[in-house]
Amino acid sequence: MTTIDDQAAPIAIPIRPDETKAERNERLRLLARSPTFLLGSILVGVWIVCAILGNLIAPHDPVAPDILSKFEGPSGAHLFGTDKLGQDVLSRVIVGARSILVVAPLATILGTVLGTTIGLVTGYYRGFVDEATMRVVDAVLAIPLIITALLAVTAVGPSRKTLVLVIGFVFTPIIAKTVRAAVLGEAQLEYVQAARLRNERGPYVMFVEILPNVTGPIIVEFTVRLGYAIFTVATLAFLGFAADPTIPDWGQDISTHYQSINAGYWWPVLFPSLAIATLIVGINLIADAIAQLFER
Amino acid sequence: MTDAAIELQDLQIAYTVRGIDRRVLRGVSFSIGQGESYGLVGESGCGKTTAAFAIMRYLPRNAKIQSGSIRLNGEDMLAMSGAKVRRLQATTLSMVYQNPASALNPSIRVGPQLAEVFGLLGVAKEEAAHRSEAMLHKVQISDPQQVMRRYPHQLSGGMQQRVVIAMALAKNPTLLILDEPTTGLDATVEAEVLDLIAALRQEFGTSVLFISHNLAVIAKMCERVGVLYAGRLVEEGVAQEVFRDPRHPYTVGLLRSIPRGGVRKDETALDTIPGFLPRLGANLPGCVFEPRCGLAKEICREQEPELYPVGNGRVSRCHFHDRAQELPRAAPTRLPAAQTANGRPLLEVANGSKTFKQDGQDVRALVDISLTVRPGEVLGLVGESGSGKTTLARVLLGLTAPDEGSRLALDGEELAGKVEKRSQEQVRSLQIVFQNPDGALNRRHSVRRIVGRALEKLLGLGGRERDERTAQLAESVRFDQTLLGAKPAQLSGGLKQRVAIARAFAGDPRIVLCDEPTSALDVSVQAAILNLLVELQTQKGVSYVFISHDLGVVRYISDRIAVMYLGRLQEVGDAETVFGGPHHPYTEALLSAVPTLEGEDRTRIRLEGEIPSAANPPSGCVFHTRCPRFLGEICVQEEPPLAEVEPGHLMRCHIPVDELRRLQGEARAVAQSKTTT
Repeated sequence: MTTIDDQAAPIAIPIRPDETKAERNERLRLLARSPTFLLGSILVGVWIVCAILGNLIAPHDPVAPDILSKFEGPSGAHLFGTDKLGQDVLSRVIVGARSILVVAPLATILGTVLGTTIGLVTGYYRGFVDEATMRVVDAVLAIPLIITALLAVTAVGPSRKTLVLVIGFVFTPIIAKTVRAAVLGEAQLEYVQAARLRNERGPYVMFVEILPNVTGPIIVEFTVRLGYAIFTVATLAFLGFAADPTIPDWGQDISTHYQSINAGYWWPVLFPSLAIATLIVGINLIADAIAQLFER
Repeated sequence: MTDAAIELQDLQIAYTVRGIDRRVLRGVSFSIGQGESYGLVGESGCGKTTAAFAIMRYLPRNAKIQSGSIRLNGEDMLAMSGAKVRRLQATTLSMVYQNPASALNPSIRVGPQLAEVFGLLGVAKEEAAHRSEAMLHKVQISDPQQVMRRYPHQLSGGMQQRVVIAMALAKNPTLLILDEPTTGLDATVEAEVLDLIAALRQEFGTSVLFISHNLAVIAKMCERVGVLYAGRLVEEGVAQEVFRDPRHPYTVGLLRSIPRGGVRKDETALDTIPGFLPRLGANLPGCVFEPRCGLAKEICREQEPELYPVGNGRVSRCHFHDRAQELPRAAPTRLPAAQTANGRPLLEVANGSKTFKQDGQDVRALVDISLTVRPGEVLGLVGESGSGKTTLARVLLGLTAPDEGSRLALDGEELAGKVEKRSQEQVRSLQIVFQNPDGALNRRHSVRRIVGRALEKLLGLGGRERDERTAQLAESVRFDQTLLGAKPAQLSGGLKQRVAIARAFAGDPRIVLCDEPTSALDVSVQAAILNLLVELQTQKGVSYVFISHDLGVVRYISDRIAVMYLGRLQEVGDAETVFGGPHHPYTEALLSAVPTLEGEDRTRIRLEGEIPSAANPPSGCVFHTRCPRFLGEICVQEEPPLAEVEPGHLMRCHIPVDELRRLQGEARAVAQSKTTT
């Protein structure tokens, strides 16, 4: 049999394995060099440290009332002042990071996992299930998020678990929509048809073939949602649905003290508010930087 | 030289990638005279478009002009101020891109969009509208008033490109740059657009820089041609002469890789250019083509050849320009001939129809297709876009279920309409190589995984056995084993297509559908892939259904041809019969639309108008609205049957075959007498 060994055999170096790795590294480098990302990471990083160390770095016991020194303004002894029970505001702000930084990410992860699954199924199979699911999704999205969450928490009663579940479920449709849009584009590509042509099952096509190609939008959506989740947790606490009323919580502290502002006691409100604001801004900065990276 | 419209002198351009300057143009010089048409050819990545952008001053921000000059009408463009450059861009330079859809603003109607060009020239509004209309007339748009009121997306690709050309010529530019202006268009539309450009060039006396990877188009359109390789002009001269008598091994290699003049796979293998284009910015001290050149000697490695004059104003950058045509073949002369076993048909389609629902309307994409594929044969499928070729392929594969009443059979056994309902044996028997390897390979999976998974699912292999078969498959498609761990993005287009072919062959298929498998590739890579496909077919005895819009390629590889128009078969027969004639009038028109390198002036038939919509096909013979040999009332009233006009040659036409033979013979004689005089 004639062989054609001297035919345009790949003799040169058409491939540069180092190059894609370099590309990925460059992505990370670009991210690390982005001022948006850096500032965001510093803000979020500070709160993560507070959440982890909590009581260890708090100058006072955050839940020790001291009736004699209530509503003391910021001073050397109490940098952020004390609240109406004489508790140290700084310590409460530091320790308060934990509850929000546990509930919000867990809820977002839950919403992302569920939303991604729904988005993959509806975007891949299309048809009636897709139509039906998307109508439900649209209906859910039409109701303001906070009201849905509020109703659900009222019905079940607040606890860490319910907060995670409720916020996760409320986010699911939004994430499902984003993922579905990305999947619709991918499912048109021929590699999906090639999978059908070797009798692959649906779940394999969705999770092994398509999912790795839509991680970009999912990561971006996750970071954006995380910001919203923090806002939602804080709002619910402000409205009286804190996960655990006995431990320090930013939203709850604002809610307890906002009426004292009139009396000139601004510090027990301002500092927890700033905490919420900086955390959300930090996360949104990170989300922006990541979104920009994937758009390139 | 002051009479040159544009003159590039030793232009060097580099792109800064990750802080490193990578040179793309390594000292390019050429000039285009007033009213001259100059072609620039070369494979992708050679720097053609960079040169064009440099002239337009549209280079991306990371591009750096390192040295050299660009003179427009004798004026140094690189020394001009930004304002002056912008004025030139508005008044004296024009560029037409490959994709007209993205060159037009989708949210502005054609009329105002065209008038904008006149507005920039300072023409009053009303006058601008008048001139726009006149301009659309010039690009042979029959109803300009109506077209001006439309949005770009409401026009076909050919019409859009006419509008773009109208906009480009509206300012009566000194230089018109055409960057692959017809690459995305059907051959029939391409022919019309090329004729139009040629006519307008005569009328306006514009200088043209015509960029194309299609040598035949350049041969037809240009007086002089420059061959670009790795950012270096390697050969230049009168277009016809360069293609007839190339003096640089690269040009020789390019010309040899094109299937032309009716060559067939059993006559000769296509030659290829071994190796790959050097990386951007690679350091090449000697001749840029040396690493891939079969003639290279010591001197080529050490010393960059100058541009040697080779007579009649031609130059070649080769130390051995006088022996360029002795370039040894990179591929063997002959491929082992395939055995076409006659006998029982392998795949049968009977009354194959497919109707799509669109806005409550029935769109008949396939109408009553009856076809067979025999074991070991290559069935070529040709027709303009929208003729139903790809739908037919999808129906055969089971990716799209056909209408009820359609019958598919493999080896006499019924094939279900949906791939999910077919037996394992049937699924692995029918595989496909897609047009675009980027979409066909999962970019997150390694080559090993892509091929290995197909082996697992189709043959039930696992572990060592699977890995061994993967290696064997890689070898059979000439894919370097060491690259098995790579992801598709790390591979060149040709290598990706080899992976796609390996996957298609993983389950030992009986029939492989090839849907334009080489149209995304450069010609030398195309030649290698075609050779590979022919070789695999011989080894494994598979059949191909080969879809392509490139008639040269189809003629080269196919044993039989089926011609489709508006979802209906118009002609089926042996390749030589269909191409040799007598042809169906539609086939005749398709063939005459393709420009050839030989420049032979065949019977010129231009198909008027556009493919009618499949939602509302013409009555009678669907081709009657565009038919160059339209008979009369009978064609409008009655659809001709697909009749066997000669043994094994089916045709759907009211004109008797002997009459067609006479008519087409006459036309050919007329054309020949024209070329000889």
